[in-house]
Amino acid sequence: MAVLKVTFTKTNRDKLAQVLWVLNCVSVVTGVTLFSLGLFLKVEIEKRRELMSKEIDSVPNMLISVGLIACAVNFLGGKICYDCVDTTKFLRWKLLMLPYIICTFFFTFCILVGALMCYSMRNDLEESLFQGLRDAMRYYKDTDMPGRCYIKRTMDMLQMQFQCCGNGGYRDWFHIQWISNRYLDMTNSEVVDRLQSNVEGKYLIDGVPFSCCNIHSSRPCIQHQITNNSANYNYDYQTEELNLNRKGCRHALLDHYTDIMQSIGLIVLTIWLFEVSVLTGVRYLQTAMENVLRFGDPDSESDGWILENSIADTARYNFNIIKNLGKCYQVDDDPNIDVPSTSQQPHENVPAS
Amino acid sequence: MVVGKMKLTSQKRVKLVQGLGLLSWLATLGGAITFTLGCFLKTELRRRGEVMDNTDIHCVPNTLMIVGLASMGINYFAGRICQDALDAGRFPRWKTFLKPFYGCSIFFTTLMLIAVILSYIMKGSLESSLKIGLKNGIRFYKDTDTPGRCFQKQTIERLQMEFQCCGNNDYKDWFEVQWISNRYLDFSSKEVKDRIKSNVDARYLVDGVPFSCCNPRSPRPCIQYKITNNTAHYNYDHQTEELNIFIGGCREALVNYYMGLMNTIGGVVLSVFLIQSSVLASLRLLQTSMEAVAGQENLEIETEGYLLEKGVKETFMEYLDPVLKLMLLNQVTSPEATGTINADS
Repeated sequence: MAVLKVTFTKTNRDKLAQVLWVLNCVSVVTGVTLFSLGLFLKVEIEKRRELMSKEIDSVPNMLISVGLIACAVNFLGGKICYDCVDTTKFLRWKLLMLPYIICTFFFTFCILVGALMCYSMRNDLEESLFQGLRDAMRYYKDTDMPGRCYIKRTMDMLQMQFQCCGNGGYRDWFHIQWISNRYLDMTNSEVVDRLQSNVEGKYLIDGVPFSCCNIHSSRPCIQHQITNNSANYNYDYQTEELNLNRKGCRHALLDHYTDIMQSIGLIVLTIWLFEVSVLTGVRYLQTAMENVLRFGDPDSESDGWILENSIADTARYNFNIIKNLGKCYQVDDDPNIDVPSTSQQPHENVPAS
Repeated sequence: MVVGKMKLTSQKRVKLVQGLGLLSWLATLGGAITFTLGCFLKTELRRRGEVMDNTDIHCVPNTLMIVGLASMGINYFAGRICQDALDAGRFPRWKTFLKPFYGCSIFFTTLMLIAVILSYIMKGSLESSLKIGLKNGIRFYKDTDTPGRCFQKQTIERLQMEFQCCGNNDYKDWFEVQWISNRYLDFSSKEVKDRIKSNVDARYLVDGVPFSCCNPRSPRPCIQYKITNNTAHYNYDHQTEELNIFIGGCREALVNYYMGLMNTIGGVVLSVFLIQSSVLASLRLLQTSMEAVAGQENLEIETEGYLLEKGVKETFMEYLDPVLKLMLLNQVTSPEATGTINADS
């Protein structure tokens, strides 16, 4: 009672072998695609590494390793299928084929996991970006400290490129001191007042850096005294929408990476479906070739299947094998082994003195 | 006075055919690359078309595109002729086609060289076009409410941020133009009134620049207003402060960008030109050596191939004669006709 049995004539088998050979070559190319997708993602994440608090390297590393393994596995598969046309050459691969199919089955499962990881990366990324951007904004003013001197430039370029402002919005800049003390005139009474009015002695203003300015605004940018309507002519802070970038940089970056991840996830899913179909073809070819050898006539018809018995029987059989692997060194029912019975006297084995 | 005479054995002819086949493939690819580069250059020029006053510079990418397409056609035919060259039966049908083919090929190959030279000559035209275009852009920066000019502000800001430049020649261009619209000026304020009165044309001029001139590499928050006033900002010296805003002008930045692009393209097109010329020369050698074989009994004999039968000047006149005759045809016939009429009457 085989699962999904198909009968193959000699010509069918040969055609299947040739088609599978071509498909395996195509799969090597898809393996290279997977590898390059992983590499691309890794580069994209490295570009914004300064703005992330922790490394998000699980997904790109997974894709890179899966891509490399796919190339190797499908190259071997192509070689096997190429040799399957000739029954004598098939004998070389006979013992290797079943382990190969089982390994490839688990490997395609890894591809699926890789594709699903792409969609689940978002939460990790959001957390990492939230903390990373918060720290970057805090160190924005520290352009004289080694290790932090490029954060201002990174933050400014980010806000200009993605047309965003702050972490969740432009108001985040109101809660941190982004103007360094080096550029504050401590003799000025206005500066002293502001510093004293703050609990931690920070110089907080309702202003944002220039990189938050929106290029689509019809008026010159208002970046200081944003909430003060009387400080700027013909200006209403509540209704003015185009003056600054409204989007938060966290959302902007998340959207950017989510778009990339969705495209990559889709491509990986397609590759997974392709690999599964190739694997199914190889399984049919393997069973058909083995049945041919069993009948002895290389030109006869043979059956190919996915599983020899039903799914339940195969599962039980394999489970028993795994169970018995553990019983290697224990007693079994072989009658040739001399097992001392409990009724025998122990002195019978004592040699005659 | 034969030009480029060369003896070719039968084996050499076969090798020439093989080499020519490969070269014509390469040259076809080169033609496609030239066409693509022309398209790319045109796209890049159009992207910044709003800050250019005229489109004279577009003659370079247009020429490249025409030459690229022509080159693909020429090399396709060269490949076909080459394929038929060793076949004595098929080769003669190309005979009448060859003379105009050579004429066209040489014309387009020379055009390729001219395109490269043009890209260097047009630098001055590009510069003056950008000068006028940027001047207008800066002048109309504030007119975000005037139809036809409302996107100038956006264009200039994007340009200054992308090319890291400020103004036309340098950042001081912004000091001479009113870039803050009257809509956002409080005319009841004394400061505004004073400033406008102190200017001959009643313009509101400030020693300030738009935010897009700010340099992200500056260690301090951007100072975009009262730039020349050292006392207005703490710990600030206008003369020594280099990183605050972009110092260089956008005209120079754009000219450098486009000249860099055209230099690279020029290099590639020059190599395509060399390949194309060698294809034509090899084809001519092959054709002349095969013509010497035609009609002979033994096809394996050694023959002579040459580039030009007569000297360069004579061959050139030979090509030019039919063209001139075609142009002068009307003028030649009318005096004759009137002469006969007069003779009759």
